[in-house]
Amino acid sequence: MENFWQYSYLFAAVTIILSIKWLNSPATARRGVLAGEIGMLFAVAGTLVHFDVLTVWQIWVAFLIGTAVGVPLAYLMPMTAVPQLTALSHAFGTFAAGLVGAAEYYKDLNNPPTGFTMVALAVEVLLGFLTFTASIMAFGKLQELVPTRPVTYKGQNFVNLSLLVFAIVLGVWLCVAPAPFWVFPTFIGMALIFGVLLIIPIGGGDMPTVIALLNSYAGMSAAAMGFALDNKMLIIAGALNAASGFILSVIMCKAMNRSFTNVLFGAFGQVQASTAAQAQHRPVHSATAEDAAEILASARKVIIVPGYGMAVAQAQHKVRELSDQLTKRGVDVQFAIHPVAGRMPGHMNVLLAEADIPYDRLHEMEEINGEFSEADVALVIGANDVVNPAARTDTNSPIYGMPILDVDKAHTVMVIKRSMNPGFAGIDNELYYMDHTLMLFGDAKSFVGEIVKELPALVHA
Amino acid sequence: MNATTGFELGILSVYVFILAGFLGLELVRRVSPLLHTPLMSLTNAISAISVVGAIMVAGNKQAPQLSHILGYIAIVMATINIVSGFLITDRMLKMFRKKEPAKGKQA
Repeated sequence: MENFWQYSYLFAAVTIILSIKWLNSPATARRGVLAGEIGMLFAVAGTLVHFDVLTVWQIWVAFLIGTAVGVPLAYLMPMTAVPQLTALSHAFGTFAAGLVGAAEYYKDLNNPPTGFTMVALAVEVLLGFLTFTASIMAFGKLQELVPTRPVTYKGQNFVNLSLLVFAIVLGVWLCVAPAPFWVFPTFIGMALIFGVLLIIPIGGGDMPTVIALLNSYAGMSAAAMGFALDNKMLIIAGALNAASGFILSVIMCKAMNRSFTNVLFGAFGQVQASTAAQAQHRPVHSATAEDAAEILASARKVIIVPGYGMAVAQAQHKVRELSDQLTKRGVDVQFAIHPVAGRMPGHMNVLLAEADIPYDRLHEMEEINGEFSEADVALVIGANDVVNPAARTDTNSPIYGMPILDVDKAHTVMVIKRSMNPGFAGIDNELYYMDHTLMLFGDAKSFVGEIVKELPALVHA
Repeated sequence: MNATTGFELGILSVYVFILAGFLGLELVRRVSPLLHTPLMSLTNAISAISVVGAIMVAGNKQAPQLSHILGYIAIVMATINIVSGFLITDRMLKMFRKKEPAKGKQA
């Protein structure tokens, strides 16, 4: 039994790998979660036994408090709040990683860690604390406690970069020579401030990339902790995590045709201010719920394009009703999902799944883009930039080159939108002024509800 | 521990890190965009594996009181992350299904 913890860690590492592997298909995904939970359990059990701390009652109390907070957090949050919840939950975890690093550093005040261990500790502390405040800020933006629009000022990148460089210099100092007492706390302070400044200039629409990136940092921080504590299981779990967050953010960046540096330092919102100012009041065709219902009822194929607006209005259940009604009338209803629609990767899929829409109706951009030309109606609900044809045609547009859903190729386009105000990026959307586009002004939830009410009255076309 | 073994241990860890990293890239590349949110939320829970470090710090009998207190707080924080992360992932995945409601079969 002496080696129980070794087997326990090995088993934990394997189950965590399997956990991510099983998450690749909806059929095995729940097994993946179970595997992850078992892995975590063994990791914790092995640690408790190995360090002979089963009898330290404070640890059990800490587990209890954590569980007492975590359970309601997971069950009380509505599904639309999943991005915020992930950010918040993340903040807790990375704060823990930072604290562990600090605790390790202060373990023996007369004899601070040196060399390889200190490098690992510095990385852990830096990433842990900066991800902590960055996650809190991301949570604030997603919950709209702080302005979701990018906040920029002159010399912002200079300030951010000098802060980062200063933090790194302090980190190097800690690693190469015994540093005075103030260095370590200042290092932590720099990390905390940098986390805040990193998120301030990022707009709501870039959140999918940023949340994935923060996830990657958290993994890096855990792996660094593994190096500092010479714990291979931590390294494996941390590396898996770091890789996962990294590849997701790369996918998100590609889906917006932008680079990392552009997302993090580009301050997207600022660029468009000038473009938006040029937008004049041009005539659009607007329609009522009754008109919309009539067109939808006589269609053969309808493609619904959901966006963040659907999440904000919590319209997913009404959308399901609409889809059911239309399907009953023999209309072929499909859903087209842009990779960056919403506020986190895959956000729309989760909301539509919550509304009980079978996932084989949800299609990725590459898969469905060819079908718009055969569709009678493309119904855009709360999406904006991801359907803006300017991305294909207007080389001056800030979103030029971004792959979009080709809704404009459908026979009729209907856009449900609260007003003509441009989306988060402030870019005017050419789509709204096209001759075959009908603007349906109103709240997504109530408007779709009205269409659903109108439908039964119509005779089968 | 002399310098050589310390270095060798460190290098071994670097190998583990690199291999696990590549494994992660390959595994996640295969995940369908349909499941990106559950994936994020699952890896979010797994990143709180740092609870292991927190337990080590909190239970280290030689460490000063400050380290213990930081360790306890870290355990609370990491546990919140783990519990909420796994539960919300499962809550999401329960909703994904393939068949029409009439069949009532879970995917």
